[in-house]
Amino acid sequence: MTSPTKAEDSGSAAVLDPELTATTDVVKGEKQPEGRSPGQLMWQRFKRDRTGVVSACVVIFFFVVAALAPVISKLYGKDPYTLYAQEPDYPFLLDDFAMPSGDFGGISGDFWFGVEPKLGRDVFTMLLYGMRTSLYMAVLVTLLSVITGVIIGMIGGYFGGRVDYWIGRVTDFFLGFPQQLFFIAFMPVVTAMFVDPQDETPTYLRAVAIIMVMWFLGWMGLARLVRSSVLSLRDREFVEAAKVSGAPPGRIVRKEILPNIVTPILVQATYILPSTILTIAFLSFIGVGFVEPTPDWGRMFKVGTEVYEQDPMFLLFPGAALVIFVLAFNLLGDSVRDAFDPKTGR
Amino acid sequence: MSDNLTLPAQQGSTGASTEALLKVEGLTKHFPIYGGFPIKRKVGAVQAVDNVDLTVGVGESVGLVGESGCGKSTTGRLITRLLEPTGGKIEYAGQDITHANRKKLAPVRSEIQMIFQDPYSSLNPRQTVGTIIKSPMEVNGINPAGGREKRVRELLELVGLNPEHYNRFPHEFSGGQRQRIGVARALALNPKLIVADEPVSALDVSIQAQVVNLLQKVQEEMGIAFLFIAHDLAVVRHFSQRVAVMYLGKVVEVGDRDSIYNRPRHPYTHALLSAVPEVAVDDETENRERIRLAGDVPSPISPPSGCRFRTRCWKAQDKCATEEPPLLQIGGNREGHLTACHFPEEPSIEARSEDVVMDPALKALEKDGNVSKD
Repeated sequence: MTSPTKAEDSGSAAVLDPELTATTDVVKGEKQPEGRSPGQLMWQRFKRDRTGVVSACVVIFFFVVAALAPVISKLYGKDPYTLYAQEPDYPFLLDDFAMPSGDFGGISGDFWFGVEPKLGRDVFTMLLYGMRTSLYMAVLVTLLSVITGVIIGMIGGYFGGRVDYWIGRVTDFFLGFPQQLFFIAFMPVVTAMFVDPQDETPTYLRAVAIIMVMWFLGWMGLARLVRSSVLSLRDREFVEAAKVSGAPPGRIVRKEILPNIVTPILVQATYILPSTILTIAFLSFIGVGFVEPTPDWGRMFKVGTEVYEQDPMFLLFPGAALVIFVLAFNLLGDSVRDAFDPKTGR
Repeated sequence: MSDNLTLPAQQGSTGASTEALLKVEGLTKHFPIYGGFPIKRKVGAVQAVDNVDLTVGVGESVGLVGESGCGKSTTGRLITRLLEPTGGKIEYAGQDITHANRKKLAPVRSEIQMIFQDPYSSLNPRQTVGTIIKSPMEVNGINPAGGREKRVRELLELVGLNPEHYNRFPHEFSGGQRQRIGVARALALNPKLIVADEPVSALDVSIQAQVVNLLQKVQEEMGIAFLFIAHDLAVVRHFSQRVAVMYLGKVVEVGDRDSIYNRPRHPYTHALLSAVPEVAVDDETENRERIRLAGDVPSPISPPSGCRFRTRCWKAQDKCATEEPPLLQIGGNREGHLTACHFPEEPSIEARSEDVVMDPALKALEKDGNVSKD
C-alpha cells in the first residue's frame, strides 16, 4: 500500500527540486545556481499548509475590505453617519419602539446587514468603517509595540550585564501594571493632557490616546522574547567571527542578529495584532475608547448588547466578523510558526 | 613542509631568532564568580589562563595542545581579543594590543583572523556564502582589484569549493564544506596570523585530513602564521612546527615538534603522548611507554599550589606543592625546548620497565589482565 505512494512521493520530490537538478545542467551556462534561503524554504512550507493559506486569504480579505471601505460605501450608496430613519426616502424604517421594522433587523436590498435600532443607521457601512478603525489602530499599535520591544530587547540582550539587568527590571515593572484597569483609568487622563475636559475631544486625539496607552503597555512581551533570542545568538560563533573581522556593534546587530530573530518577532506580532483588536473593541465597549459617532467594532457591540432582546440580529454581523477575523489571524500565526520552525510538530 | 623548516638552525629556535609576529607575555584571564546574598560580590575566579607566555614567528605554525578545559580556547580568544585579558601583555608586530579597543584595533584586525571550532554555528544561517565571505572585506573597506565578488570566487576556489556556490546558503553544505567556507572567510582579509580554534575536532575523521591539508597548503603558500589549537596530538604533529602543551591554564612545556613528540620532559606531556591511540600492527610497535593518569583535571577555581600538575603526577614531591616550577630550558633539553618541572622525565617515549598507572582500580585490573595473559 504505502510503497507505491512513497516511491511516487520521492520521485515527485526529486522532480520538484528544479533548482538542484538545474544546477548541474546550467553550471557552465550563464545562469548561476541560487541557493534557497531559509526564508524561501519557509515560504514553500507555508504554501503547503492549507489552513495557513486559507486564513491568510481571509485576513487579506479583511484588510482589503477595510482599506476599500470608502469605495465600497460609495458603490453601495450609503455612509455610516446618516440617520436613514429620518430620511424621507426610507419611511417606516424603524417602528414605534425605534426598532427596525423589517424582518431580521431590517435586512433588505437597501440595507444588506440591516438597520441600527434607535438611530436608524446602516449596519453594513458601520461595520466596514468600524473594521477600518479597528484594523488601522491595531496595525499601528502592533507596529509601535514591536519596534519598541525589538529595540529594548536587543539592547538588553546584546549588551547584557548591568544594562540588561536594569532594562529587565523596567520591563518587569511595566508588566506589573494591571493592563485593563490601567487602560480604563488612564484613557481620560491621557485625553485630558491634550484637551480641556470641558471641550469636545476630537476623534483623532482619542485614537492617539488609545494608541499611546496601548503602546505603553504593549511592548514588554516582545522585548523579553527578543532579549532571550539575542542572548542565545550573541555567543554564537558567527557573531564572534563578525567581531574578529572588526564589525561595529551596530552592524553585528543589523546584519548578523536581526535576520535571525525575524522569525519569532513575526510570529509574536501575529499574536499581538488580534489581541490588540480585541482590546480596542473592549475599550470602546466600556466607553473609554471611541464614542459616538465614530463607527467602531467595540461600539457596535455596546449598542448590540443594549438591544439584543429586541433585535438580536444587530449583534450577528459585527460579532461574526470579529470572530472570523481573530480566528483566522491566530490560525495564520500558528501556520507562520509551523512554517518557520518545522520541528515543532502538532 | 616549507623550505625554511628543513634548516636545523631554525627548527630548534623558539622563534626568537626569527621575527616574532605575536608575543604573549604573562597572559592571564580570570573569570570572576559572583555570589552571596543579598549583595552579590566576587567570591572567586575561574583561573582559565594564568601567566601564559607564547611566541609565534612570522609564517610559523604553533600548536597549542592540552586536555579539555585547560584554557586553550580562552588563550585563542584572548589573542584575537574576543575576550579582555585580566593581565599580561599581547604584542602583535611590536604593537601592544592587550587592551586596545575596537577603533584602536582596526588596523590590526584584518591581520589576525580566526577559524572556529563548530562549522554549524560559525556561519550565519541567513546569509549566503558570498555575503559571509564578503562581509569582512566590507567591514574593513577592502576593495580588491576586480571587485569583492571576484575575490570571493577566487577564495572559494582556493579552499576547494565551487565558485558557483556563491549564492548558496550554509545549510546546503556539509560540515567539511562549511569549515572550508570558514577558512575562506578568514583568508578574505589576507591575514598574517590565523588562530584556528580546534578547526577539525567537529568534523568527520575522513574530512579532518582534507581540512588540515587545506590549512597546511594555505600556511605554506601564503606564509600565514598559525596558532593551531587542538586536543588531537596527531593533527598538531602533522601541522605545527612548534608545540606548546597547556595544563590548567598554564603552559607546562613548549618546544619544537620533534622535542615535544620524541623527547618530552614534562610528566604531563609524557602522559598526553602515551594516551594517543595507536594501531598496533604487530608487537614491535608496542614499545611505547604507558601512563594512566587518575582523576580529573582539578578545578581552575582553586588550582593546586605550586605545580598545578602535582595532584596527578607520579613524581610529585613536597617541593612541587610549595614552589611553582618556572618554564625553563632545563638540562638535557635542546635549544628552545622549555619545560616547567622540578623533576623532569627522561627525554624519551620508550617503554619503561613498569607502566605508570595512577588509578588504583585500573592498576588492579591491569595486574589481573597481565596475569591472565601470562
